[in-house]
Parts: sequence; structure tokens; C-alpha cells
Amino acid sequence: MVALAISWLKDADQALQTSKNQGKPALLDFSAAPQ
Amino acid sequence: MVDFISTHFIPAKIHIKEQPQTFKRFGAQWTPTLLIMAPNGEEAHRIEGFLGVDDMLAQLQLGLGKALFKMEKYAEAEKHFRAVVEKSPKTEAAPQALYWAGVAAYKGTNDPGKLKETAKAEQQKYPDSEWAKKASVWA
Repeated sequence: MVALAISWLKDADQALQTSKNQGKPALLDFSAAPQ
Repeated sequence: MVDFISTHFIPAKIHIKEQPQTFKRFGAQWTPTLLIMAPNGEEAHRIEGFLGVDDMLAQLQLGLGKALFKMEKYAEAEKHFRAVVEKSPKTEAAPQALYWAGVAAYKGTNDPGKLKETAKAEQQKYPDSEWAKKASVWA
């Protein structure tokens, strides 16, 4: 299955907690791009 | 790229204007900065500055391999390291990926021959890279 878009979280701690729970690495993207 | 990120990572985007403290906490001094974090919360890989698609994908897969290595999933890590070398041999990630493929193979088997093979492969493929120099001690 191909994902149509990335479901970005906006909270680093939430990503790290989910990563821990799922045993899957987290990707934190620090950005200044226009939103 | 979208599929690779969605499949292999829990992604979060942090914007400088909204969360400057989070930038500081993770030592993100410039944008773009991407951190690949192992599930135990340790940083596995850091990508700083803009990269084109091929280089970015190679760096993401290298980082995925390094996160799996931290999780002691050596066979899976080696698979991703070797994929970088095979799919993106001309990227800057490739010599490093080849090095870590050798280390992962050694950690998974305790066979020092894996390191020797890696030193030889680095010399053949990337003789001018720092990773060939680092691996040369195994020859």
C-alpha cells in the first residue's frame, strides 16, 4: 500500500512515546519552511 | 520518499516559530535538521542541510539502519545498510553504509571475516573515503 501523504505529528514527545510503544524509530524534522 | 517515511518511521515536524525550545532541546541549530531516534530515545542519525531526493533517501535508509543497529536488530540493520550501497552507490551515505553493514554483519555472526571483507570492499569501491580509512584497520 502506498501512502498518499505523511501524517506528521507536531509533538516530539508524542512521536518519541509512540516510537517507544511501537518499537519503531522516530523521525524528527526540524523545519523553518513556510506552513 | 513519502512511502518510505510512512512505512519505517513515526514522523514529527517541528517548526522553528512554534517550538524554539524543542529546537534547543535537541540541539537543532539550523534548518533543515532531521533526527532519526531509536525507540529507546537515543539519537541514531542526524541529517543537517538540504539534500536532493536520492541523497535524502539514502540518508534516511542509513539512519534507519543505525536505529535498528541500536535496537540490536543486526540482520535487519545490515539489510538496510546494504540497500543504500546497492541502490544509491554514488551518494555520500554509501561509504558509511558499507562500513556499518560490515559492523552489523560482524555483530550478528561474531565472524571477523565480515570486517575483513568490508575493508576490502571499501578499498575497492570508495578508496578515498574516510570510511575506507576507518575500515583499513580490519584488513
